[in-house]
Amino acid sequence: MKKILSALLAGLMACTLCLSGCGETQVDDQGDTKLEAIAKEDIKAAFLYVGPIGDLGYSYAHDQGRLALEEMGITTHYVENVPESSECEATLRQLCDDGYNVIYATSFGHGEWVEKVAKDYPDVYFGHATGYITGDNYGNYMGRVYEARYLAGIVAGLNSESGKVGYVAAMPIAEVIRGINAFTLGLRSVNPEATVEVVWTNTWFDVTLEKNAAISLINNGCDVIAQHCDSTAPQLAAQEKGVLAIGYNSSTPSAAPEAYLTAPLFHWGVYYTQDVQSIIDGTWEGQSYWEGLSAGMVSLDDLTGNCAEGTAEAVATAEAAIKDGTLKIFAGELKDNEGNVRVAAGAEMTDAELQAFDWLVEGVIGSVN
Amino acid sequence: MEFINKLSLFLQATVQMGTPILFGTLGGILNEKVGHNNLGVEGMMLMGACVGFMTGYNTGNPVLAVLSAGLAGLIGALIYAIITVTFMGNHIVTGLVLTIFGTGLSNFLGNMKIPVEVMPGFVQEQMYTMLNLPKSVAAPLADFEVPVLCEIPILGKMLFSQSIYVYISIALAIILAVYMNRTRFGLNMRMIGENPGAADASGINITAYKYVHILAGGFLCGMGGAYMSLVYVDRWQENLTGGIGWIAVALVIFATWSPAKAIFGAYFFGAMRALSPQLQNTEIPLIGKINPQFLDMVPYAMTIVVLIFITLRKKKEHQPPAALGTTYFREDR
Repeated sequence: MKKILSALLAGLMACTLCLSGCGETQVDDQGDTKLEAIAKEDIKAAFLYVGPIGDLGYSYAHDQGRLALEEMGITTHYVENVPESSECEATLRQLCDDGYNVIYATSFGHGEWVEKVAKDYPDVYFGHATGYITGDNYGNYMGRVYEARYLAGIVAGLNSESGKVGYVAAMPIAEVIRGINAFTLGLRSVNPEATVEVVWTNTWFDVTLEKNAAISLINNGCDVIAQHCDSTAPQLAAQEKGVLAIGYNSSTPSAAPEAYLTAPLFHWGVYYTQDVQSIIDGTWEGQSYWEGLSAGMVSLDDLTGNCAEGTAEAVATAEAAIKDGTLKIFAGELKDNEGNVRVAAGAEMTDAELQAFDWLVEGVIGSVN
Repeated sequence: MEFINKLSLFLQATVQMGTPILFGTLGGILNEKVGHNNLGVEGMMLMGACVGFMTGYNTGNPVLAVLSAGLAGLIGALIYAIITVTFMGNHIVTGLVLTIFGTGLSNFLGNMKIPVEVMPGFVQEQMYTMLNLPKSVAAPLADFEVPVLCEIPILGKMLFSQSIYVYISIALAIILAVYMNRTRFGLNMRMIGENPGAADASGINITAYKYVHILAGGFLCGMGGAYMSLVYVDRWQENLTGGIGWIAVALVIFATWSPAKAIFGAYFFGAMRALSPQLQNTEIPLIGKINPQFLDMVPYAMTIVVLIFITLRKKKEHQPPAALGTTYFREDR
């Protein structure tokens, strides 16, 4: 008797769940998809960082952007060390439930969770850095930092004596590969024989691993170390071993004063202030925002005294040419590092191709798998 | 010639990567030999790393920095000892909690802001992550090149161009090996790990022994963490140890609870870590390229292999302490 009863109850429960599930979807389908403008004082913006702000790198740079919003008079909040896992979803839901109505998730791996949660909270604005997703209430944003990396490549080329440059890279995704390639093209524009040796750390933030990777590159004869990872460890390694370093994300000459040359920088505040303003004005749309040097979204840090003479002039010339469009970074003829022609002479890579970059240009020592 | 030079630099890096692991392992051995499974190594290392850096920054004294790092680890171990020895709590749960606690505490302390004179006459609040270690601390602990000897091909850099910390770790391992196997106290300690009841019956003060060894183990873990923040990276960053504590836990088993073997085990695991960036762009004849993730896996896989071996061979001196992980309660017999 008990068994039959429990089976019946379980069945009933399943039915109820199904029905309530259907109910919710219907409401969603009929719901208004156009988001309403939010008054400036009612905006509560939250930021998800993949690492600690104290990394002086990627998350720090985003936090500078958050501070720009604070200066505008917007209420903000941030959560550090949000992993690219289901914990991210939990954090996002918590923030929505706590009444945050503008949420920026700043790491690539946060994307899938943003997309999932955004559909359940249609009134909340979501932004996802470095990703590709767009929808009714979520968009993505990124800086064309490869333009600044091209300039950094020029700096490396003019300051390397051995012509061997090391590159500590995080993960083989399009964003990182694009950076390595732009850097290499910049490097070889001033020193056609130079090479870039790449070591992957397969993590965004691991101080030991990043230092270890940099030291191994220096031991291989590299005399300038560039990086696409979030800590200053490669710069510390360079200083310790008496070679030069190019940072990333934020200006860190104080970390390694004898090694630091410059760094490609993000100015996320440019986007954040613009995006929030569009929410206030009611003109917001789920878009892919991708701007570079000319919009002020990225730049190359001021060159330090460690740079050789003539570096500043070469960088200024190239920067002006990129801004006015006469210098196209990913224009043919481009070969990959196995010697195959990938972009024919006269052709230029499209944004879609750039976002799916999965090969390394000629001059890079390394592979993407 | 270039290959020999590279090899010597690689061996130097191997020892540097292995040193913090060795400290953590020695701490772990001290814990496990009195029958306590301490999974809090990572937490104690992080506490040591953070506190060591903070003390080094504020006092400018390298000795104080290292000692305070050890003390921070010791305090972590004290929490563990009170819960597991006095209150007879579960070792595994307490150890895990200690790791989580240590990680959180070190991040909290490291994110505190202190006023720093950025330029003469201009004071700004800054987090510890932004600060450099003063020269008076960094310089005495930096790699010290023994003249002439460090020029020996292949082994010169490994043996004679290292931080004093490296030599301390080796000396500690040897002292521990002698202590455990050649002294009465060491014998008593091993007995507690094997059979606390018998040790108790023979008049050994079990609680005192357990406290002393667990605290000493914590001290070593704290020192190991400080190797990262004072020597290897010479600054503080969140989660600085990056899982080294867990490798140390595995190495305790890999070294079959022997401090002397731990030296070689630590350098073997260190070599795997140093090798991973080195091999990425190297074609090895017949094999091709080795995946770096494979090398990251090797220490743990090897630990499993060793564990299988010692379980199968049942050689007495290679077995885990028989009372490992059990709480001892005198009336409970």
